[in-house]
Formats: sequence, C-alpha cells, structure tokens
Amino acid sequence: MHELPVTQALLDLVVERAAAAQAARVTDIYIEIGQLASYVDESVQFYWDIISGGTAAEGANLHFQRIPLSIQCTACGRSFQPDGRTFDCPDCGSERVRVRSGEEFQLVGLDVERAAQPRTVEV
Amino acid sequence: MPERIAVVEKIMGANERLAAQNRRQLDEAGVIAINLMASPGAGKTSLIEHTVKALRGAYDIAVIDGDVASGIDAARAAEAGARAVQINTGGECHLDAVMVQEGLEQIDLERVDLLIIENVGNLICPAAFPLGAHKNILIASIPEGADKPYKYPGMYKGVDALVINKVDLMPYVDFDMAYFQRGVEALNPGLLTFPVSCKTGEGLLAWQTWLETLLS
Repeated sequence: MHELPVTQALLDLVVERAAAAQAARVTDIYIEIGQLASYVDESVQFYWDIISGGTAAEGANLHFQRIPLSIQCTACGRSFQPDGRTFDCPDCGSERVRVRSGEEFQLVGLDVERAAQPRTVEV
Repeated sequence: MPERIAVVEKIMGANERLAAQNRRQLDEAGVIAINLMASPGAGKTSLIEHTVKALRGAYDIAVIDGDVASGIDAARAAEAGARAVQINTGGECHLDAVMVQEGLEQIDLERVDLLIIENVGNLICPAAFPLGAHKNILIASIPEGADKPYKYPGMYKGVDALVINKVDLMPYVDFDMAYFQRGVEALNPGLLTFPVSCKTGEGLLAWQTWLETLLS
C-alpha cells in the first residue's frame, strides 16, 4: 500500500523531465520494476489516474517492464530465477549464490509531444 | 508525433536526496542513527527498551517512533530513559525521509549521541525508503518462521545488520535456522547477525558492544 507516495515520486520526476524537455504533453511512460522492489503495477496505475490529473502527464500510459529476481551461482556460474522456496543453485546445489538483478525501480523513457503546432482544421 | 526521451533515473531519487540531507544534519551534530525495521511483533520496541536501559548511563539517546497510530511505543522508549518523539504516519505503512526530517526538528541533536528510529512494523515498504540512518537494521524473530528471507528478499538484501530475536523460543517452534541463514547469506553475504532474546537477555551484550563501537 506504499504505492501512493511512490506514484507521487514518479509523477514529480516525469513532470520535471517533461518541463525540462519543453514538452506540452507526456503520452507514454516506461518504467522498470525489479521483483525485489515490491510494487504492484495496477496499484501504481490506479493512483496515477487520480493524481496525474491537471498535469502535463495527465492520462499518460504507464508501461511496466518487470525485471525478475535473477541469482547467479558463484560455484558453477549458472544464472537462474529462484523457485520462491530456496535460493540454492538448481544445477549444482550450491548455496553460494549472489543476486544479479531484481532491485531496479527506475524511469527509463518518456514519449512526449512538443508544444502544439498550428494545424489546419477541416470544417 | 510523440518523441521518445531516454531517461534513466531512480524513481525514489527525491526520497534518497532527502535521506542524504538527514544524514548530513546528523553528521554535523555528531549523532549516530540506526533505522530499526521488522514485522509487527518482532520486538523492535523491546530491543529499544533494552538498548536504552543499557546505554543511557554513558550516552544520550533519542528515539523517533513511527507508527500508524498511537503513542504507545514512544511512551515505552521515554519510560526507558530516551527522549522520544512519536510520528504517526496517518495510515502510511513506513517512515520516509520527510517524516524523519520532521522528527529531527523536534530533537535537540546537539545533546544526542545515538538516535534510534523505530520504523513502522512492515517487511515490505520500509526497504524502499532510506531515511539517512547510518545503519539499517532488520529484526527477525523466531516465531515468524524461517522462510522470511525467501518471502521478503528486498528487506533482507538492503540491511547492514540482522538481529534474530526470541531465540529462547527455538525449542518450542519449528524454525530451520540453517535454511533461514542460507537465504540470508544468498541475499546479503556476510551479514552481521545478532541472535538475541529480549526476554532472557541472551545475546544482547554483543549487540550493545557493537553499538558502542559505532558510537566511539
């Protein structure tokens, strides 16, 4: 249930970056979430729809890329995703393992529209 | 046509910057701060009571207590002999750097040696919100079960020390210590670990000694 402050942090960052790029509107937002980061996509989206109103990022689509928890065995070198019950290497059984990825929680891209261009409107 | 801006920025960067600011404020005042995190009922407040009672003769200790509601924990810390500040998070499941900053404003840091921050009882959210403490410490407890590192890896991965409380219950609870420690070792190799019992006092001397080393 900590997604509200997290979503607020995301919104602040997006609005700041959009302003720096002189964007009129943000249409799409790309986010990487590692498995260890414990954030729920749907919950971020839920709060997003509420708090982004009235900002340049109102209604933007959030795209989440999930990064699974990846562990590497330091004995045999095998990288694997744990089954949730143990972190031991499924190949050699070693318990000497290290976390390689899964802690990410970052903004990796924005699609923006620059200030509206004058255009012909057909009537 | 929309155009793509590539950014790679941590989303929680704002909290992290504030945490760094808290750390500077603590360092300038010569205060060592620890952030205690645990599930509800693991023994955060009990460990604080023991710690305050053991060290209050030699050090001035302040406690910032984070709770969803109530001032019970701060009252216990104050009774033990600490200056205690209660922060009610108003439903928020963790402390963040802003709340700690507000807590710091209520404490005369020049008169404090050790600041203990008691986070909200929760094994998920506090891991995502650094506060600026010098050491992040997790308290596990025997009745919680040995599978917690596997279920809450984010919490176990990010801490500087682990206290395993309620070791006096080992004979009565099925707790596979080897399985627990394998999980911890995978996530946080070489993690400093203190098996203790706040009930019997077992192991608390090692914990105290470590804190005194941080303070010296």
